[in-house]
Amino acid sequence: MKSGSNLEKVLAAGHFSVTAECGPPRGADPDVVRRKAALVKGNVDACNVTDNQTSVVRMSSTAGCMLIKEEGIEPLLQMVVRDRNRIALQSDILGASALGIRNILCLSGDHQKFGDDPQAKNVFDIDSMQLIHMVRTMRDEGVFPSGNKLDGAPQFFIGCAVNPFADPFEIRVPRLKMKIEAGADFVQTQCIYNMDKFKTYLDLAKKEGLHDKVKILAGVTPLKSAGMAKFMKKMVAGMDIPDAVIKRIADEPKERQAAKGIEMCIEQIQELKGMEGIAGIHVMAIEWEEKLSEIIGGAGLLPRPLVE
Amino acid sequence: MLKAFENGADGVMVMGCLEGNCHFVNGNFRARARLARVSRILETIGIGAERIRMFNLSAGEGARFAAFVSEFAAEVQQLGPSPINVARQEAAKIPTGEIRV
Amino acid sequence: MITGTPKPIEEILQMLEPYDTIILAGCYGCVTVCRVGGEKEVEILASTIRLAREASGRKIAIREVCLERQCDPEYIETMRPYVEDYQAVLSIACGAGIQFLAEKYMLTPLLPGINTGFLGVTERQGEWAERCQGCGDCVLHLTGGICPVTRCAKSLFHGPCGGSSKGICEVGKDVPCGWQMIIDRLKSLNQMDNYSKLKPYKGWNTSRDGGPRRIVREDMI
Repeated sequence: MKSGSNLEKVLAAGHFSVTAECGPPRGADPDVVRRKAALVKGNVDACNVTDNQTSVVRMSSTAGCMLIKEEGIEPLLQMVVRDRNRIALQSDILGASALGIRNILCLSGDHQKFGDDPQAKNVFDIDSMQLIHMVRTMRDEGVFPSGNKLDGAPQFFIGCAVNPFADPFEIRVPRLKMKIEAGADFVQTQCIYNMDKFKTYLDLAKKEGLHDKVKILAGVTPLKSAGMAKFMKKMVAGMDIPDAVIKRIADEPKERQAAKGIEMCIEQIQELKGMEGIAGIHVMAIEWEEKLSEIIGGAGLLPRPLVE
Repeated sequence: MLKAFENGADGVMVMGCLEGNCHFVNGNFRARARLARVSRILETIGIGAERIRMFNLSAGEGARFAAFVSEFAAEVQQLGPSPINVARQEAAKIPTGEIRV
Repeated sequence: MITGTPKPIEEILQMLEPYDTIILAGCYGCVTVCRVGGEKEVEILASTIRLAREASGRKIAIREVCLERQCDPEYIETMRPYVEDYQAVLSIACGAGIQFLAEKYMLTPLLPGINTGFLGVTERQGEWAERCQGCGDCVLHLTGGICPVTRCAKSLFHGPCGGSSKGICEVGKDVPCGWQMIIDRLKSLNQMDNYSKLKPYKGWNTSRDGGPRRIVREDMI
């Protein structure tokens, strides 16, 4: 065991794992997190807590992780390199480990232009690839990247994100390979709607043997409506939603679209579960945490295994 | 163009060749773009963008030239003296004079 | 070249409020090439200021000059005989030139007439684009001659990020993805091996992050 995290144990035991995500509130009220936690609890092996996603200021990811941990959920700390230089990143890595957080997802972060503070200075001292390397170096070698010895190494199950649908496609698998070399133990993908393209990506990754070196958790997001699908397709860079998917939900009357979205998501999870090389799913039910148990249960993935 | 206003013009006409017919190929298009810049400056400093305008015509169109001049001169007459000339006249305490184009 | 954009005329007029006699100093260097601070721009700006001030009832006297370069001491010296005859100098050179004037003429207030932009190129007449951040540690030989620090909005060393779509960066539809360009170039140069190597963390100490920089060439002194 590299970290002893629940997610690592579940995956090591060969179970098909489930993660979800929880966006911290735009304020200091801890009860918002606790309410979300109650909806997540029991449905996942670990829950991501996002780090100022889309550059919109929110409660810190570490604080969110601790709040859900107190509620009995294993936290997965998202960490972006947009807002912190390497000094702050190292410090936060140590702090999170000291607080008992055992999973980390290393990201670059959306450009600050999208958020509350487009005038903010962007840091990007190191990139997400190098953040993976930084956590791995600290964990496995017990040293800071500067070479100085750590007084107690952080313990993390190290994750990275991939977007198989961003361009150029041909470097997407080589880039995953680099992330694995840098130290990634698991990967969560961008939400998948274009299953054909994802299969092509996965086949290329398998040809390189990458599925044996890293646990691939396939990302899914249930669509609430045809409107949401169209918005995401148009507004989110690197989001690939085929017209056929949009048509399927748009063909339903408005009041039936949410239920259809959930049905489609469950179908998709079942298909992903049957695919060689997929070790689990990552369900991003954006501001729709109350549907997690319906989706995950509906896919036959409950109750979650207890691994010691 | 700005110098003309400094020298006391109340309005400035810029004459260019017919578009697509310039000996310098796109000289008249560039002139139009620069005139747009000057008219923004005039607007910003309170002199007014309407005091400068570009006209296009060929060398053989004498009557058209005369018509353009009469038309613009009449418009500037309506606008009255430029704020520069108003300020100068006030400074010199002389009565409002003739409009200069 | 160093590029820039004119400051709004309202802002310049506000800066000039306390003064009635000024020098307006242009520069024949970069700012002439990018049409923001050369001889012609001096004339246009001087006319504009005179007209605005006169229309508001308070004339201003402007001495129009254009120095060979405001970033070299010998050209700055040419202003010494008359600089103290004026209340202020409005410079439309880059920030380096304006500061150099300020430090050579300690008793005269220096005012910036342009906002200095970036190190860039003329992509076409009237359009300039950034190419270099002067980070002090060039890697262009590894990236197909395209700078990841400057051309990638996140200055990534292992791009492109998930926001790259059809060659366009997530920050704007007019912004090409720097890493898409790097990859296209590396492919055409048959140098994709460079792409798949993990790069060390960049040392930003050679950039401005290390504090104000200085170059000393013993052989030139």
